[in-house]
Parts: sequence; C-alpha cells; structure tokens
Amino acid sequence: MPHPVTDDPEYDLAVIGAGPAGLAGAVAAAELGLSVALLDASSQPGGQFYRHPAPALGATRPEALHHDWATFTALRRRLADSTATLLAGHHVWTVVRAEARDLWDVHAVTGADGDRDRPVRVRARAVLLATGAYERHLPFPGWTVPGVVGAGGAQAMLKSGLVLPGLRASPAGARPGAGARVVVAGSGPLLLAVAATLAAAGARVPAVVEASGYLGYARHPRTLAANPHKVAEAARHGAALLRHGVRLRTRSAVTRVHGSDRVEAVTVSRLDRDWRPVRGSGRRIACDALAVGFGLVPQLDLATGLGCATRRARDGSHLLDLDAQQETSVPGIWAAGETGGIGGVELALTEGELAGRAIAARLGGRAAAGGSGRGRALRRRRARMRAFAAVMAAVHAPGAGWSRWLDDTTDVCRCEEVGAGRIREAATAFGARDARTVKLLTRAGMGWCQGRMCGTAVACLAAEGREQGPPPAPERRPLAVPVRLDALAALTGTAASDPGEPEEHAAGEDSTGG
Amino acid sequence: MARDRSPAERVGAVPDPAFEITFDGRPLVALPGQSLAAALWAAGILAWRTTRVGGRPRGAFCGIGHCFDCLATVNGAPNRRACLVPARPGDAVTTQEGHGHAAPGDR
Repeated sequence: MPHPVTDDPEYDLAVIGAGPAGLAGAVAAAELGLSVALLDASSQPGGQFYRHPAPALGATRPEALHHDWATFTALRRRLADSTATLLAGHHVWTVVRAEARDLWDVHAVTGADGDRDRPVRVRARAVLLATGAYERHLPFPGWTVPGVVGAGGAQAMLKSGLVLPGLRASPAGARPGAGARVVVAGSGPLLLAVAATLAAAGARVPAVVEASGYLGYARHPRTLAANPHKVAEAARHGAALLRHGVRLRTRSAVTRVHGSDRVEAVTVSRLDRDWRPVRGSGRRIACDALAVGFGLVPQLDLATGLGCATRRARDGSHLLDLDAQQETSVPGIWAAGETGGIGGVELALTEGELAGRAIAARLGGRAAAGGSGRGRALRRRRARMRAFAAVMAAVHAPGAGWSRWLDDTTDVCRCEEVGAGRIREAATAFGARDARTVKLLTRAGMGWCQGRMCGTAVACLAAEGREQGPPPAPERRPLAVPVRLDALAALTGTAASDPGEPEEHAAGEDSTGG
Repeated sequence: MARDRSPAERVGAVPDPAFEITFDGRPLVALPGQSLAAALWAAGILAWRTTRVGGRPRGAFCGIGHCFDCLATVNGAPNRRACLVPARPGDAVTTQEGHGHAAPGDR
C-alpha cells in the first residue's frame, strides 16, 4: 500500500545538502527574508566535514576531532535562530520542474537509510544544490577484503560513531577503540587530515602512502602565497603526523592487500611519474586496516538529471558550470561547494553565502547587510581559493599508469564482482569505448552503488590504449538514491516531466573548461 | 599527547546507557547514537555480508551510505545499510548472504 506523498508548504528556496555550503547558503538566504527548506539525508546538519556524534553519544568535546568547530556551531546557531526549516533524514532522489511555471519539486524519501518511511515533496521557487562530493576510488588487488575502507569513510565512522576500523575483538572490559593499526593511502590532501584524526583518536598509523609528490604545489608559488590558510593546514597535519611518528611515503601506492577475511598487511610499491608501480619496490607493512581514497568527485546526480551543464576538471572529473552568481545553466537552479569543483570547506562556505545572497536578490529578499563590500570580499576569496583548488586537482590527478597494479582477477566493480580482465576484454575484444558500453557488456557499474565506486576505474580501463577520443559525459543517474517502488507509485502524475538532456551529453563533446 | 586514547575518550563522551544487540546470535554491546556498522566495528567485526557471486565477505567501505557494501539483515529485513541505520536495543543483525532473500536456513 503506497504511502501518500506528503506535501510540505511552498518555499522560496530549497537547499539540498546541509554541509558547509548548504548551511551557509540557507542561513544567508533566510536572514535576507526568504523562506528556506534545508534538506539533508543525515539526522543532523554538518555534512561530511562537520559530521559529529549523535546527541546520545554525549560527546562533551566534539571539537577534539574537528578543526574550526566554532564555525559550524555559529552556523548551526544562526540556522536555529532563522526561519529556515531543517528537514533532516530526507534523501532527495530527484528534482523536477513543477507543472506551475517557475516552481521546482524536490522529491525525497525519509528515514535513516531512506527505506522505511513516507515520500515527501518540497516545492520551491529556487533550488540550491549543495550535494558535496564522494570519494574517488581506484581498485587494487585485495581492495574488497574487509578492513579496507574509504579514507573518508574511516573518518566519517570515527567522527559520528567514535570507532576505528580494524579493531580486534577484545575481552570484556578492555578499552575499546585504541590500538588498531591503520595504513592511510591514496592521493589528495584528505589523507593527511584522515591520518591525523585517526592518530589523535588512538589508532596507530604505520604509514601514509601518497601516490603523487607534494612538489607539484611548489610550481605554483603565487597561488600558495595567496592561500596561507591552506599552507598552515598542511603544516598542522604534518606536525601532528610527526608527533605521532607517522611515516609519509610519497610517489607510492598500496598495490596489494594481504588477508582473506580481514586485512593482515599491505604491500606498498614505489610509483613512477605516471603512477606505474616500480618492479621489485614492494614492501610489506603489517596492519589491521587500510583507509584509502584518491580524492573527491563532485556529486552531480541531481544536477545532471536537471540538465545542468558541466565541464571537466584537470583531474578528469566533471564539475558544474556555474556563473559568477553560482547559478547553473538551468535558470533557478544554483549550486555551491564541491559540486562546482573540489575546493574544501572554506570555499564551500564562501560559495554558499554568495549563492544565498544572489538567490535572495533574485527573488526579492531584503538587501544584503554589508552590501556590495561583503559581496566583493566573498568573490575575491572565492577566486583565490578556486585557484588553489585547480592546483590541488592537478597535483593529485591520477596518473595513467595506475592500472598496471591491477591483475585480471581484481574486482573493479565491487557490487557486481566484475574483474579487471572482463572489463579489458569488453574494451579490446568487443570494442567498448566508454563506461556505459562496458556496463552494458559486463554489468560493471550496474549494481547498488550505480558506478560511484568503480566509475573512474571503468572509464580509464575502457579508454586504455586508445587515441584520446571524446571525453565521456558525466554519469546520469535518474534516481539519485534508491527509491522503493511504492514511493514511485505514490507520485502518479507529479514527477513525469522529462528532465531533458544535459548540454554536455547532447553535444556529445565537452566544453574546454577546467 | 596520549597515544592510546580511544575516540570516545578523545571527545569526552558521556554516552547514554549502553545496550545489547546481537550479531548472528552473539551478544554485543552498542552505544546509543552509534550506527549498526559502528557498533560492529567496535566489537572487532569487519564483515557482515557475503557477496552474491563469489560468496566473499564484505562490511562497511564508504561509511556514508553510497557504496552499499555494508548491507545487513536487521531484524529479518535484508539490504539495510548498516552504516546509516542506528543501533536500537535488541536489534538482531545477521550476516546477509547474497541478495538476502533466501529462505531462512536455506543455504
């Protein structure tokens, strides 16, 4: 029996995602007089960066696992003091144009995992997409062994659940949480933060393994000088790692995990400039868990479903193409934070505020306090931090040689258990040139996660050994989260409009940005 | 800085009273506010699913509800994302085999 769709009242603005960008945007717009609904899948605001324990865990010092916690608590206070409505536990699965002109319908399923409760529709005059990012993964032999976890995932489980991966079952009364050995590996600035947080929480971190070098940053001295907070952040993490005796290995990668039912050790190999493992350089490191990730990828499912134009970043990922006001190519749909390029928390806060102010100006809210001076300062800060983000994407862009560490039996698609050999066969023997064709031939990317975990790897393998063809369009996922059939059935007639083709997809080629 | 501080000590956690859940019939202690995956990790358990094709063990991977590797059978209902579902007193988590829809005892 389908539950009826619950209609919330109509809002000026629906903000999707209550991380730094969404919070800043919602607060700015609400303070300028707009009625705002802020939707987030989690039970609490904060997103991934400000993820924190549920109240029942009674954390008296949540700031101990966070940098700049005061920024979050100030935003949370302003949100509570504003007229904005926080809709927690709302998993938005699609946004469509309403029948009425100039209105948008935001459809969500509710509950802890979106599986049990009523479907909801929120109608608004404008939508701010602040859907953040998810972690980019590259497969390697043994990456499906229990105890191999996402670097961001390890941090998320620690920040919200106060647990570490790879603990051994301890006798009753033993102090839980301390002592697991966690190797941190992959590429990107998140690794240092994750390693520092894990070490601070009692994990032993035998090594941080970074596939790139840090020298790439040194080629952009002016961008570094303009972003002293980023340099300070890296220094802070570096100092924390030194204090905990953590060894940093650059130009190296975990090329094999040992253990069948749980992680027992990893092999770390040196990489050449293109990330090809150097023969004979493998060294075994004993550990209980591996936290691994290769940077972040913007989460664009809702945006591409709406037909918002995208462009390519220097690391190959797709970003939303935004104007100076943070508006997408679809009028009325705005975006802020990682969806426009992976830039970190300060950039997300800046873009969120800019978007909130611009939307208020468009929809006839009050004039922004601080007027154009504040706007100018925010735009300057955005330009400075976007320049740093571009350097970061280039420094940590996956090298083409990473696939040399795969063997044919390595599962690339975790959901459908499709090995690298079958994907290469689809590309070489059956002529698949892109992730979509590989998916149709092998089922890689067709499972539960809809290619979020394997998408980068499948696209790389499909393109291996070819002349550079047209770059692939971003993945389209008409349902951004799994939706039960009864939730769909409850929508008869409300969500049938065609979202249209995204510009990039329709054009069959990419704009040159990035 | 103390090296062997646990995460809970680090944040000065004073949780509400702990309660019991079970994993494949074995009792575990969970804290209110923890996800099922967090409670399982705290007990040293990393795998609570076997894959459909290879029958390989899996547990939490992405930790934020995206990868679906952490699917578990909770109180008889399969395919719950253990990293998102909060632990409740008396929850019975069982290893999910394959798609989780096999009849009980059917191997």
